Amino acid sequence: MKHTISVIVENKPGVLQRVAGLFSRRGFNIDSLAVGTTEKPDISRMTIVVDGDEQTLEQITKQLHKQIDILKVFDLPYEQAVERELALIKVHANDKTRGEITQIVDIFKAKIVDVSEDSVIIEVSAEKEKVESMQKLLEKFGIQELVRTGKIALQRGSGK
Amino acid sequence: MELTGAEALLESLKHEGVDILFGYPGGQILPVYDALYKVKGLKHILTRHEQGAAHAADGYARATGKVGVCMATSGPGATNLVTGIATAYMDSIPMVAITGQVGTAFLGKDSFQEADVTGITQPITKHNYLVKNAADIPRIVKEAFHIARTGRPGPVVIDVAKDAQVHKIDFKYPDSVDLPGYKPNLKGHPRQIKAAFKMIDIARKPVIYAGGGVIASNAAKELLEFAEKCNIPVTTTLMGLGAFPDTHKLSLHMLGMHGTAYANYAVQECDLLIAIGARFDDRVTGHLPTFAPKAKHIHIDVDPAEIGKNIKVDVPIVGDAKQILKDLIAKVEIEKGKHDAWLEQIAEWKKKFPLTYKKDKELRPQYIIEMIDEVTGGEAIICTEVGQNQMWAAQYYKYTKPRTWISSGGLGTMGYGFPAAIGAQFGRPDAIVFDIAGDGSIQMNIQEMATAVNHKLPIKIAVLNNCYLGMVRQWQEILYEKRYSQTDMCDNPDLVKIAEAYGAAGMRITKVDEVKKALNEALKIKDRPCLLDFRVTKEENVFPFVPPGQAINEMLID
Repeated sequence: MKHTISVIVENKPGVLQRVAGLFSRRGFNIDSLAVGTTEKPDISRMTIVVDGDEQTLEQITKQLHKQIDILKVFDLPYEQAVERELALIKVHANDKTRGEITQIVDIFKAKIVDVSEDSVIIEVSAEKEKVESMQKLLEKFGIQELVRTGKIALQRGSGK
Repeated sequence: MELTGAEALLESLKHEGVDILFGYPGGQILPVYDALYKVKGLKHILTRHEQGAAHAADGYARATGKVGVCMATSGPGATNLVTGIATAYMDSIPMVAITGQVGTAFLGKDSFQEADVTGITQPITKHNYLVKNAADIPRIVKEAFHIARTGRPGPVVIDVAKDAQVHKIDFKYPDSVDLPGYKPNLKGHPRQIKAAFKMIDIARKPVIYAGGGVIASNAAKELLEFAEKCNIPVTTTLMGLGAFPDTHKLSLHMLGMHGTAYANYAVQECDLLIAIGARFDDRVTGHLPTFAPKAKHIHIDVDPAEIGKNIKVDVPIVGDAKQILKDLIAKVEIEKGKHDAWLEQIAEWKKKFPLTYKKDKELRPQYIIEMIDEVTGGEAIICTEVGQNQMWAAQYYKYTKPRTWISSGGLGTMGYGFPAAIGAQFGRPDAIVFDIAGDGSIQMNIQEMATAVNHKLPIKIAVLNNCYLGMVRQWQEILYEKRYSQTDMCDNPDLVKIAEAYGAAGMRITKVDEVKKALNEALKIKDRPCLLDFRVTKEENVFPFVPPGQAINEMLID
């Protein structure tokens, strides 16, 4: 079962290594990890998608808590959170296909952010599943390169 | 007060109450050693290998309860500390390790004697620091000691870049720490404590399973009071030896792989297991799904991550063992005679399956341990190496006080005992300190004999010399059809001569009737170490023995 956890950390050198090292040495599986600073420049937030049962999730949470540089760890259940993932997709495009690609981009509320003679770069920000279905639809045109950020998430409403 | 980073470091150590540290100099820690040359009130013990320094700091910490401090240079100096740091980490020992690091301008350039020490030690420390600015030194030292000694104790590494040791700062030691991500919970939750009362009240066959956490939290007195008030038998882990007197009628001695049969039977039959400062380690539980199958579990631990890690718990209580035991003692009431039937059953097991060995004319290691117990009146500090020597020392010496058993439990580090004994002797100068060793492990840090001789430490090193890596040989005998692959040590050097070459005393004992005399002789030597080379039976095994992966009641008794 997949869980999204938010980890609030002090923005100190080595903190990412501490988290990554903890996951690898205790055999926890990371699906994705996104990290960046928060509204406070000395605090960063990691959004980690992990795979495991309830007991594993509990261990992950407790072991993360033990790290001195980690301030807060909490699970973000899907129904209580806004989740997004950003992808940049470079797709092969010519005069014939550009129209159809533009249509797909519109349907997914994505954007074309770069155009060249034989390719376009599409920016899409959506829930993971949407990004994946868009990727699928674009495959037939020939995806040249693709990059995804991993999921980020925030709790809805005024909580946490 | 204007000080260099190096001077500030030593001043900070003094503010933390440090008066002794164990170490070994080198290029990138030279400014600290230069400052040490002038400083007053700090004693530095030069070991002969950095690993010795780390184990000595650890042994000092275990014997005194204070934070042990060791120091080494960058690169190889620091990596030589690693085994000692990992040993302390596995056993939750408070320790601060200071290492020199190349100057900030040289960091990341594969400079001479550069190693990524914070990277290397990250999985084996409670926390670590790379200090690039001298101005950070006082705060970091303050934090390091606070982290090392509070909550679940553990080692902290401070890696100090050379330029940070040299730069001048205006020194002021902070009064408090500001660590928003570190707030150990010490007080047990009242609701959980209430739930524990209920469970204790219902139980007919309870057992207390006490670990090293009882010693770490200085809760031996409370454990005794709690066990007596509730009339509940107590078994301890290897790390918990000394937390409960082995001589007490409620004592079941040690449980697990080489525990007593009666402790293992009691755990397997009990209806309530009260774990205090213990972590359900595989050497304790054997085959996990069959461990204490009839029991409800109460688990008291200061580290919340230990609860539910290996075993499902019915009542978790996160907090300091001492405080929680006090809470329990204050309110618990057990009706008289309630556990009598259970204790009778245990008494029967004790009678039927005592710890025993063959008593004949052969010089057997178990007998030597019993004699050490006798000649020291059970009052010595017993350090051990790892292997058969460690298990016999655990089984046949009667521990009655905390901090008298010093052994590498979690990591199982051969070569630990002797340097740890050095640390223990510095911490407890008046105590009789023994290192129970095997002929394999004593050779792993024998160079520390120079340190012990240099400081006239009257440590007794009892080598149970069977010319084998005994525990590995035992496994090969029982589990690998006697294929003794690479465990024969027939080309051992003459250990008596080695001791003498270092300026220590050495004795060789080959017969049963020489043991007591030799030990008494050794006790009279007060101005140098004494190595006793006991030539014991070669193929003695440690029993009981729970083969790995078995239930703990399925043990081999002999």
